[in-house]
Amino acid sequence: MSIASASLNHAGRPDHALNGDALNADARREARGMLALLSPGLFLVFAVIIVPIGWLFWLSLFDENGQLSAANYARFFEQASYIKTFVTTFRVAFTVTGACVLLGYPLAYMLSQLPRRAASICLIFVILPFWTSVLVRTYAWLVILQRKGLVNTWLMDLGVIGQPLPLANNFAGVVIGMTHIMLPFLVLPLYASMKTIDVDCLRASMNLGASPAATFRQIFFPLSLPGLASGLVIVFVLCLGFFVTPALMGGGKVIMWAMRMEQTTSLYSNWGAGAALGVVLLAVTLALLGLFHWLLGTRATGVWSQR
Amino acid sequence: MLLSLAQSALPIGISGIEKRFGAVSILSDLSLDVVAGEFLTLLGPSGSGKTTLLMILAGFVRANAGSIKVGGEEIITMPPHKRNIGMVFQNYALFPHMNVFHNIAFPLKQRRVSAAETAGRVERALDLVQLNGLGERRVDQLSGGQRQRVALARAIVFEPRIVLMDEPLSALDKSLREHMQIELRNLHRRLGMTTVYVTHDQREAITMSDRIAVMNAGRIEQIDQPEVLYARPRTKFVAGFIGESSFVPVESRNGSVWYEDRKLRMTTAAPSAGRHLMVVRPEKLRLVADADEAGGVNLLPATVGDVIYQGDSFVCYATLKDGRQVTLRDYCRSDVLAKLPAPGEPITLGIDAQDVVLVADQ
Amino acid sequence: MSMENALPISHRQRLWLYALGGLVMLFLIAPSLIIVIMSFSGSSLLEFPPQEWSLRWYESYFGSLEWRDATVVSVKVAVMTAIVATLLGTAAAYAINARTLRLTGSINALLTASLIIPVILIGIGTFFLYARIGLNNTLTGLVIAHTVQALPLVVLTVLSGLRSYDMNQEMVARSLGAGRFSAFFQVTMPQIRFSIVSGALFAFITSFDEVVVSLFISGGETTTLTRRMFNALRDQIDPTIAAISTCLIVLSIVLLSAAQLFGRGR
Repeated sequence: MSIASASLNHAGRPDHALNGDALNADARREARGMLALLSPGLFLVFAVIIVPIGWLFWLSLFDENGQLSAANYARFFEQASYIKTFVTTFRVAFTVTGACVLLGYPLAYMLSQLPRRAASICLIFVILPFWTSVLVRTYAWLVILQRKGLVNTWLMDLGVIGQPLPLANNFAGVVIGMTHIMLPFLVLPLYASMKTIDVDCLRASMNLGASPAATFRQIFFPLSLPGLASGLVIVFVLCLGFFVTPALMGGGKVIMWAMRMEQTTSLYSNWGAGAALGVVLLAVTLALLGLFHWLLGTRATGVWSQR
Repeated sequence: MLLSLAQSALPIGISGIEKRFGAVSILSDLSLDVVAGEFLTLLGPSGSGKTTLLMILAGFVRANAGSIKVGGEEIITMPPHKRNIGMVFQNYALFPHMNVFHNIAFPLKQRRVSAAETAGRVERALDLVQLNGLGERRVDQLSGGQRQRVALARAIVFEPRIVLMDEPLSALDKSLREHMQIELRNLHRRLGMTTVYVTHDQREAITMSDRIAVMNAGRIEQIDQPEVLYARPRTKFVAGFIGESSFVPVESRNGSVWYEDRKLRMTTAAPSAGRHLMVVRPEKLRLVADADEAGGVNLLPATVGDVIYQGDSFVCYATLKDGRQVTLRDYCRSDVLAKLPAPGEPITLGIDAQDVVLVADQ
Repeated sequence: MSMENALPISHRQRLWLYALGGLVMLFLIAPSLIIVIMSFSGSSLLEFPPQEWSLRWYESYFGSLEWRDATVVSVKVAVMTAIVATLLGTAAAYAINARTLRLTGSINALLTASLIIPVILIGIGTFFLYARIGLNNTLTGLVIAHTVQALPLVVLTVLSGLRSYDMNQEMVARSLGAGRFSAFFQVTMPQIRFSIVSGALFAFITSFDEVVVSLFISGGETTTLTRRMFNALRDQIDPTIAAISTCLIVLSIVLLSAAQLFGRGR
């Protein structure tokens, strides 16, 4: 390989940068190779996600007459139905996130304390639903909770209630169904972070005279908070944009953000308004994740890489 | 004989290597000539750039500038698989999905060597590292020492021009490591391949090398034969890094060197005027009972701080008049033991004129 | 209790925790179990436990041309998505792991963007785009949209495989005379194949179970199984769906076990 010419002094390059040009060319060649490996994936993401979203953003800036205006956004503050949608969405998101914490923390704690084998068996109970179709699970809850569903049938057979309880097609149904779907998203990162807590820290705490309860409160719980926060954020963010369960279990009464977007675009073909909803939803999502990243210095999206 | 690399051993000319990661300079204007067939060790603390230099030689790290010539041929931008350089990694990097035979045959397969010849060469390579008959073993059935040998066999079976080794013995326990040092040394003597070896273990470097390049902060501090490096360190870093040293400040003026008000007797010429450090090795110091007997010996009055008995030897920590600590080590012969000083006692330390080594005071 | 978490707390003191954890596990698994059992019911009433048993809902599923067509569409799309996403995702993961390029972090974020962007937005955006380029109601359109959603899972799975793999092995292979591609296929791939296969399986499930985007961009002859199920659920609760759901659950179990099995192979 003859690259002696490359060591000549080209314009702007100091004499002592021996073979500097050849090495730079070699570095660029390798970088191009790596870029070639990345480009098909990047192209698809760009074409199917970035371009349409950018396009929708552009659309949201114009009113029905094609005039540049903030009408699509102003509507959110003016029309009661939009305000109601946002209120409902945040109520559902907060309730579901709260329920996930109440159910998920004890489960993750138990999993983290079990011996390895037992824990990996119990983990199946979290992972299997995680990978079961959202549609299947929503259907199951419909069957269980509807007017003539399992719960009502049983309770009436037992004589506990005379009239069926309204469990599906309302707020309660949406919350129960979504809690079931979101729970693994909280438990998995929380469990992973609990597993990294050094048992010697807990032993040291007890050795220094703290009771098991005090050790949990003062050592274990604070150390598990980053994992909890990461699960919390991801659940909350997913709730904000969730579609399937509220659409099927809300009975048309619980209109969440994503449903509103679907209705606005599919039913009324009002792309500007639908797009504006999407833009705000994306902004809120990214803001929450960004805030989390800024506060804790880690990404909340780790849940997908740990199974 | 196959696997005779002596005739094909090539010199390596490394010049002007620059390596930066962002704003951090790892290697700066590094030049080094490796003689054909020699065993050269890059010795230095972690972060000194020795592994980076090895990776640049192998082609896994790209330098920002510089030239590497193997037998006159420039290889700085040649991809690793065309360099014909055998490499042994610290963790051996044996392929776990292949047995010993296929691991060693791997480089031959890449070179499309016929099956019959491959079998013969792998056989001889196994023989060379004393693993006869283990070809069918899975990698995870081998001990640490055996893995090390397989990695070595794999790196030399294709008769590379150069062999690079990155701390190959650091994962072995002490006795096996010392055994392998001798074995590697003998293997190198038999095959004669140009070898560049990286370690942070000075004893290992001294045991094995023809020459040692001591690296510090991306620079070569000194390159010499082990005896020279130990006896005549040229910088404070080399003196401190290889062997134990105490440093005693001295001053050079009017063509002679002074320790306080005593003129030093030495066998080398006095360095340039100014402050210098005298390198004092623990074993070069001795207790001088009678100050008058000292001919050709430099005397250093001191006070005993502590005497540590270590079985075969003892260590005496003493404080010079200026408050400097020096260390003396000697074997526990009965004549020495009889005169062993007690803590707090004033003593006189002696260092021979030919043992006086001065380095610059940085 | 094993040494790893041998704290001086007895199982008895932990009973309440086990009880609570057990209840939550029941909450997680019960719906699927109930559906599986009810799918074998002989009655069209949704009763539990069923009074009589039969396979009529499975017959109704497999006997219906509409359901069968939808299933075939879903399988086709999922297989193609798994292949495309695995190829693109593995290549991308390799490049990200090599850290040759600056902005690796941003590239990673972009490739995994579909994990955090609300699916409804992807659905509407894709529909909008496809309407312009004629990809709505086509298999190609579905495969592209699903690939984008499955890509992050493949990238993350393969990346974690690459990170637990000793890259020195690929380097040593290269120093022994194998070119970069050759070293990858001879040495690296055999050792991360479990991650690659897992990634492919996850891509398959992701595509097969995908609802929201399919609602927008599939229809007519390319109606996916999930879209048909969604529409059926909007109207009434047809027990046939219990049979289909059971098949989906079994599929998930089989694929997850396969992924686990491959994962343990190392």
